[in-house]
Amino acid sequence: MQMDPGLHKGEGYQYGPNPKQHYFSPYSMNGGTVLAIAGEDFAVVASDTRLSEGFSIHTRDSPKTYQLTNSTVLGCTGFHGDVLTVTKLLEARLKMYKNEHNRQMSTSAIAAMLSTVLYYRRFFPYYVYNIIGGLDDEGKGAVYSFDPIGSYEREAYRAGGTASSMLQPLLDNQIGFKNQEGVTKVPLSKEKAVFLVKDVFISAAERDIYTGDNIMIHVTTKDGTETEVFPLRRD
Amino acid sequence: MAALAVDPPRGGFSFENCKRNALLAQKGMKAPTAYKTGTTICGIIFKDGVILGADTRATEDTIVADKNCSKIHFIAPNIYCCGAGTAADTEMTTQMISSNLELHRLNTGRVPRVCTANRMLKQMLWRYQGYISAALVLGGVDPTGPHLYSVYPHGSTDKLPYVTMGSGSLAAMSVFESRYKPDMEKEEGMKLVRDAIAAGIFNDLGSGSNVDLCIITKDKVDYIRPYDEANLKGKRQGSYKYKPGTTAVLTSEVKPLELEILDTQIVSEPMEVS
Amino acid sequence: MALPTETDMSLEFWRNGPTPGGLYNFPGQGTSTKMGPIKKTLSPMVTGTSVLGVKFDGGIILAADMLGSYGSLARFMHCPRLMKVNDSTVMGAGGDYADFQYIKSVIEQRVIDEECMNDGFQYTPKSLFSWLTRIMYNRRSRFNPLWNTIVVGGLQDGEPFLGYVDKIGTAFKAPSVCSGYGAYIAQPILRNALEKQPNLTEQQAKELIDQCLTVLHYRDARSLNKYQIAIVTKDGARIEGPISSATNWDIAERVGFFDE
Repeated sequence: MQMDPGLHKGEGYQYGPNPKQHYFSPYSMNGGTVLAIAGEDFAVVASDTRLSEGFSIHTRDSPKTYQLTNSTVLGCTGFHGDVLTVTKLLEARLKMYKNEHNRQMSTSAIAAMLSTVLYYRRFFPYYVYNIIGGLDDEGKGAVYSFDPIGSYEREAYRAGGTASSMLQPLLDNQIGFKNQEGVTKVPLSKEKAVFLVKDVFISAAERDIYTGDNIMIHVTTKDGTETEVFPLRRD
Repeated sequence: MAALAVDPPRGGFSFENCKRNALLAQKGMKAPTAYKTGTTICGIIFKDGVILGADTRATEDTIVADKNCSKIHFIAPNIYCCGAGTAADTEMTTQMISSNLELHRLNTGRVPRVCTANRMLKQMLWRYQGYISAALVLGGVDPTGPHLYSVYPHGSTDKLPYVTMGSGSLAAMSVFESRYKPDMEKEEGMKLVRDAIAAGIFNDLGSGSNVDLCIITKDKVDYIRPYDEANLKGKRQGSYKYKPGTTAVLTSEVKPLELEILDTQIVSEPMEVS
Repeated sequence: MALPTETDMSLEFWRNGPTPGGLYNFPGQGTSTKMGPIKKTLSPMVTGTSVLGVKFDGGIILAADMLGSYGSLARFMHCPRLMKVNDSTVMGAGGDYADFQYIKSVIEQRVIDEECMNDGFQYTPKSLFSWLTRIMYNRRSRFNPLWNTIVVGGLQDGEPFLGYVDKIGTAFKAPSVCSGYGAYIAQPILRNALEKQPNLTEQQAKELIDQCLTVLHYRDARSLNKYQIAIVTKDGARIEGPISSATNWDIAERVGFFDE
C-alpha cells in the first residue's frame, strides 16, 4: 500500500522494487508575500511571516523584511536560501560602504547596487523577488521593485511574492485610483497606507495558501522606522 | 452459417484516452486544472458507532478555490463517506455508489451494509486503475455494527478502527496515534476527531477553514456543519464601496422599445351551475 | 578556441566568455564533445530519517533514532546521528549518513583548531548554525550538495536556540523543528503542545519528544525504536541513550479483513 504524504519534491523516500533516481534541484519555493508603498514623506514595507515548502509550514515567524539602514527596508521572497545569501551580502556591502564613506548608503544607491548584485548571477540567478522601500535623498517616499535578475524601476507601490497578483490590482485601484471615474485623488496618508496594508493581507491570507500567520509592517519616516506586527489566519 | 453482424463487445476496459492524454502532456499540452480537495479527512470507531470528520478547503494549485466546501458525502441514511483528491471524482463516485446502493436496497429490501458500499467502491475504482483520483473514508452503522474503511484511488481498502486520508493525513494520524482508545464516549470521540482535523488545518497548507463532523450511531445521524470554525476571518478596517458613477460610461444609447398594444378585454363568464 | 593568456591584457575584458571569433559553450547547451556537464552521483546511500528538536524553559532537546537505512533495507541499527559540539552546542542530522560523518569530522577538527588558539572563544549555536548555512548553500551552488537536513541547538547567552538547515541552504529558527517525516508527523504534536504551554519543563519536553518518536516509530517505515536525545541546559550539554519508548499494539486485534 502506498501513501503519498503530499506534494513535497526532492526529499522523501522511494517505494517499489526499482531504485529511483533522486533528482537534485538547487531551488525551492518558500512562499510569502511582500508589499511596499511610498507616500509623500514616508514609506511602508510589509511582509507576512510564514515560511513554507510544499504543503508544510517551516515556521510561522520568519519575516521577509530586512532593515538595511535607518531609512531603507528591503522585502525579499522566493527561495529562502538565496534570500539569506542576498541579504547577508547586502549587509556586508553596506557595512563596508559605511566604514569607507562614514555615512549610510542612500536608498537609490542601494537599489542600483542590488541590481548589479542580482545581474552578477544572470546565468544561475538568485530566485528572489526584491522590493525596496525607504526615503530618497529629498526625504520623499520611494519604492524600487526588482525582478530576480536585476531589472528594476522606481514605483509608488508594489506587491511581490506568491500573492502579488492578488494584491497589485487592489493597490492599483485604491492607491493609483485606477478604473475609477470622478474620484478625488487625495494624497495617501500614513494611516490609510497602514490599514490598507492590513486589509490587503487579510484578503490574501483568505485565498493564497502560502500567505498567513502574521504581517510585519515597517513604517519609515524621517524619524526612523516603526515596526508593527499584525495577526493573520494560521490555516 | 451466417457471421455475426457486429463484433461482440470486448472484455476489459479501454485506456486509449489515458495513453493519448499522457502523450499530449508529454508534447506540452496542458490539461485543464481541476479542483483538488488537498484535504484532511478522517474517521474513528467509538463506543456507539462511527465519527467522520473533514476540513472545508478546496484548492486549485496554490489558490483556495472554495473556503467552505462539503467533503462528507451521503451514501445511504446509515452510511456516509469523506472524499479527498479531485473534487469532481469524489462527488461523482459517491453519488454513483449512493444510487447503486439504493437500487440494491430496493431489490433486497434490507438496510444497506457498509461492506457492500466498500466493495462497490473498490470494484469501480479498480476498473479505472487509479485514474479516478478519489481517496475515501467510508463509515457507517448497519445491522452488523459500526464499520470504517479507507479506500485508495487504485481500489485497495483497509478496515481499521481509525483512519485518515488526504494531504493532511499524517498530521491527523499523529493525533490518533497518540490519543485513540477503543470504546470511547461520544464527546471524547468528537473532541479527538476535531483535534485531528485541526492538526491538518493548521499544519497542512492544503487543508483549512472549518471542521465538519458526522456522527453515525445505530438509529441516528448527526451531521454537524460547521462543527468548529478553527480560524476566524480577519476584520477589514477600510470601506471598499464605490460611489455611484465610479464606473466609467463609455457610450450610451437609448433604444425606444416599440410595443404594439393590443386592446384587451376581460370578459367574465358566470360559472355554470346547471 | 583561442585562449587568452594571463599576460594578454587586451583580452582581459573577454575573460570567462567567448573570445572574439572564439567558440564558447554556454552551460546546458551540450553541443561540445569536450565539455559536457560534469556528472555526479546525486543520491544518498545510507540514510537517517527525522531529527526532532524543541525548546524548553532554560534549554533545548534534540532527538534522532539510530537506524541507518540502505534504501528500504534497515541496514545499520546503531548509527548515532547526534553530535555534541561543546558545552553549549549540539547538532543532529538526517539524510546521507556519510555526509553527516564528513560534516562531523570537519566540525571536530575546527573545534580542536579553535581550542589551540586558546583565546577563550568557541563555537556558539548561532555561529555554528550560520557557518553550516553557508557550507550547505555553497555546496548546493556547486551542484554537489551535502545530502542532509541539519538541526542545530544550544544555549546562546542563556537563551535557547534551535535552527534548521537543509541541503540547498534553506535555513530558519523556530521553537520546534523537525526534518524528514517528522515535519509531517511530529511537528503537529510539538506545535500543539507548545501552543498549550509555551514554557515546558525539561521533563515535559523529554516526555513530549518520547511521544513524538513513538508515533514516528508507528508510522515512518524508515524509523527504529531506539533513539538518542541531546539536552543542553546551563549545566552543559549531554547526549543520552540509546532509549526505547514503550509501544502499544493492542489495536492490532481490532483490525479486520478488508471485507467482513
